[in-house]
Amino acid sequence: MVPLNYYLVLSGILFAIGTAGVFLRRNLITMLLSIEIMLNAVNLTFVAVGRYWGTVDGQIITFFVMTVAAAEAAVGLALVISLFRHRETLSPDAFTALKW
Amino acid sequence: MLALIPLLPFAGFVVNAFVGRRLPKSVSGLVACGVMVAAFGISLTSAWSVISHHAPIDQTVFTWFTSGDLNVPLALRLDNLSSLMILVITGIGSLIHIYSTAYMHEESDSEYARYFSYLNLFAAFMLVLVLGASFPVMFVGWEGVGLCSYLLIGFWFRKKSAADAGKKAFIVNRIGDFGFILGMLLVFVTLGTLNFQEVAAAVSSYGPETGMGVLTIATLLLFLGATGKSAQIPLYVWLPDAMEGPTPVSALIHAATMVTAGVYMIGRNAELFSHAPITLAVVAAIGTATALMAGTIGLVQNDIKRVLAYSTVSQLGYMFLAMGVGAYAAGIFHLYTHAFFKALLFLGSGAVIHALAGEQDLRNMGGLKKHLPITYWTFLIGAIAIAGVPPLAGFFSKDEILWKTYSAHWPTYHFLLYVVGLLTALLTATYMFRLVFMAFHGERRHDAPPEHPEEQEPVAGDATPSQVGTLHANTSHAAHGTSHLHDAPPAMAFALIVLALGSIGAGWVGWPHALFGGNNHIEKFLHESFLPPGGSHEPGAPAEGAPAPAAAEGQAAGEAVHEADTSTELMLMGISTGLAAAGIGIAWYFWRRNRNAADDMASRFSGLHRLLLNKYYVDEIYDAAIVQPIRILSTGALWKGIDAGGIDLAVNGVGLGVRGSSSLLRRLQTGSIRAYAASLFLGVVFILGYYLWR
Amino acid sequence: MDVSVISFYIFALVAVVASIGVVGQRSPMYSVMLLITSFGALAGLYILLDAPFSAVTQIIIYAGAIMVLFLFVVMLLNASREEPAFGLAATLGPRGLKIGAVLSVLIGIEIVWALSHVGLSWFSQDAAAASVSSVAVIGNTLFTRHAFAFEATSILILVAMVGAVVLARKEH
Repeated sequence: MVPLNYYLVLSGILFAIGTAGVFLRRNLITMLLSIEIMLNAVNLTFVAVGRYWGTVDGQIITFFVMTVAAAEAAVGLALVISLFRHRETLSPDAFTALKW
Repeated sequence: MLALIPLLPFAGFVVNAFVGRRLPKSVSGLVACGVMVAAFGISLTSAWSVISHHAPIDQTVFTWFTSGDLNVPLALRLDNLSSLMILVITGIGSLIHIYSTAYMHEESDSEYARYFSYLNLFAAFMLVLVLGASFPVMFVGWEGVGLCSYLLIGFWFRKKSAADAGKKAFIVNRIGDFGFILGMLLVFVTLGTLNFQEVAAAVSSYGPETGMGVLTIATLLLFLGATGKSAQIPLYVWLPDAMEGPTPVSALIHAATMVTAGVYMIGRNAELFSHAPITLAVVAAIGTATALMAGTIGLVQNDIKRVLAYSTVSQLGYMFLAMGVGAYAAGIFHLYTHAFFKALLFLGSGAVIHALAGEQDLRNMGGLKKHLPITYWTFLIGAIAIAGVPPLAGFFSKDEILWKTYSAHWPTYHFLLYVVGLLTALLTATYMFRLVFMAFHGERRHDAPPEHPEEQEPVAGDATPSQVGTLHANTSHAAHGTSHLHDAPPAMAFALIVLALGSIGAGWVGWPHALFGGNNHIEKFLHESFLPPGGSHEPGAPAEGAPAPAAAEGQAAGEAVHEADTSTELMLMGISTGLAAAGIGIAWYFWRRNRNAADDMASRFSGLHRLLLNKYYVDEIYDAAIVQPIRILSTGALWKGIDAGGIDLAVNGVGLGVRGSSSLLRRLQTGSIRAYAASLFLGVVFILGYYLWR
Repeated sequence: MDVSVISFYIFALVAVVASIGVVGQRSPMYSVMLLITSFGALAGLYILLDAPFSAVTQIIIYAGAIMVLFLFVVMLLNASREEPAFGLAATLGPRGLKIGAVLSVLIGIEIVWALSHVGLSWFSQDAAAASVSSVAVIGNTLFTRHAFAFEATSILILVAMVGAVVLARKEH
């Protein structure tokens, strides 16, 4: 039997990895991918805890999370494309127009 | 019914103010004069009903405001005193309105209407002042006439001196008004009411105050208001400058009505003032001093209106002297006769100025007797009246005052006041006839030096033809040209003649008992207005005529005393008549027979002459002692220091602070996405750590 | 050793290694592939948790739709290489790297520490608890209790669609 904690620890590790990815990568697309990792980690937590409590709510939440992730990925990638058209680069350091 | 009396002129004001611009002059004038005459008619009927029923009329229009214990209705009261006043105001006011239709004829339609709207408004406020049954209502009128005085003095506001004169009048009046308000408040706090009747009733149970008590301070403050409004020392300085306004304005406001408001106020509060002997002594002293001072200044002035202005100040001094010795009826009597002849003199001078196309300097006049007969004869009547020659009006009122001063028991220095009063009477006759001789007799002269900025005493009023500028007044009078002199047009002549008749006969209502057993109607008429409600005075409380801290005189004893004094009174009458004649004689010698003698005297006493010509430099003293320090304080300390430095700095400082702090904070916006992400997560870590730690 | 335990460890390992690969890979193309692998491992974990519906939707939506989208974009932009850091981040450069690494490690430590203090918790093993995750039950709950959220999500997707179209449109 796998205790709940194991799933939660795993999800924490995945979340940390995703966070590291957001910081360490200098490619917009990879940053978005890291965000997807983080979302997935959270999904895992929900499903695990939902199973622990014996309700179906966990999975329903993950259903919504997935939907939102899809929408966000779509819009995010559209933005990336638009940005790429402006600067011909995918590095986040190139977009400093909001600087004071 | 009473409310109609001030309402009619107010309606005239509304009409002329709002639609007057589009009305032709004849309609504006008709409206303005019509409402005044109508008000006069109603005043006559109301006064008649008061006299015949021996009962005053009270009317409360509505409750103005209530605050705690203070309940102030808009209440009007017509008793003997105020009926006399409204007759004077509406009667002489109507005459002056009629006169003005001709005098102001060269103005444009809109200016004409504006003039009459202000004049009507003034009449309305003055009527409210005298009809008011309580201090606040009187104060409404008080302030209102001050406002109208400002508007009318500065009627030709495009001329700087006129605008300045209007401001000066208003500001000096304001100082007096401040005293009035404080006095009014003190009266309320001490006596619990502001209604005149109730105040008189409340105070009659007090004994006379011996020291500087509440009543003395309150009445002194009220008197301060009176000095402002009625041009006594120390607040008289606005009146001579007020001659910048049109001459009918000077006649109405600064001779017959507004300046008498202070005298009326004291008369209204006779009972209150009687209980503050110190105040009465101050009033008498200031009145006398003002009379003398103004008389000396008037003696050397070269502008015809200035002489009359100082004469007004001087005669007002007489009225206050009368009030100060407790002769309230005599003071009001002189107010009434003075209204006639002073208005006459002013209107006459207006006719002269009108005929001479704006010339006002006496040194440029002369020989007008043959060209302006009506003006001359009416003016002469007015001059004789003011000089105090019997049997014209001025003699009776002035003599009554002098007699009452002589025979008064209080103040202790009343004899000195009497002597000064006599001296002033001499001066009055002298300067008045100096004016008559210089203006009307002899040959036409042009002795005044040409106008230049260093001119010692500026010519007031309507601009002289030599003045440069596009002033409306200038063009309006210069249109006459200097070549032809014509006497007063019918409207003006009518007013002059009626006033002359009044100057002759107005005094006869006060024919004293001593002189051929006359019945002093006016004293009896006014007497009961000065008593507190419920009739007679209590023994020990000051009676009208002799506020004595000492013994009370019973009625019978009063009769006996009166008999014994008749011969004294006759003797005093003789003295004052003789002085009047002497004054006329002096004037005849110096200004008719031997003009050079006058100039020799002037150059021999040149220092004194200059002092008088410059009005004892009072204006300059005030300017240096009061105006400049205030201006320096305002500019240096209050403006630059507190306002610009303090408040602006505080407000701007907030802006500067925000700007400074934001210029530091904006450096967080590095524009680098990763930096933002980093700061986000930093926050998350901290928060998470905080919760885990707990 | 239970099958489920072994499966758990295998799937967990795959997921973690794949995620590290996603983050560490140079080429975005490889990152996408590795992420698909990670999703697959996660789907396996869902099945272990008696959540077949979630597993299937994970594969269909995530791996099948979202990742394909990512792949499209990667290929469209030809973003096969990654540029070195420049600009402000360059000045943070190595230090920036370190801050990021430190932060993520910190987060990981926090989470793990927190969770380990919870103590072991065991799933209930009765069949009722397991069968609650049937598709019928999920559908029932979704369309009744969470009907509003469901509808709102549909609008969200519509908005995202429109937004994506507008944003990515070629400027003329």
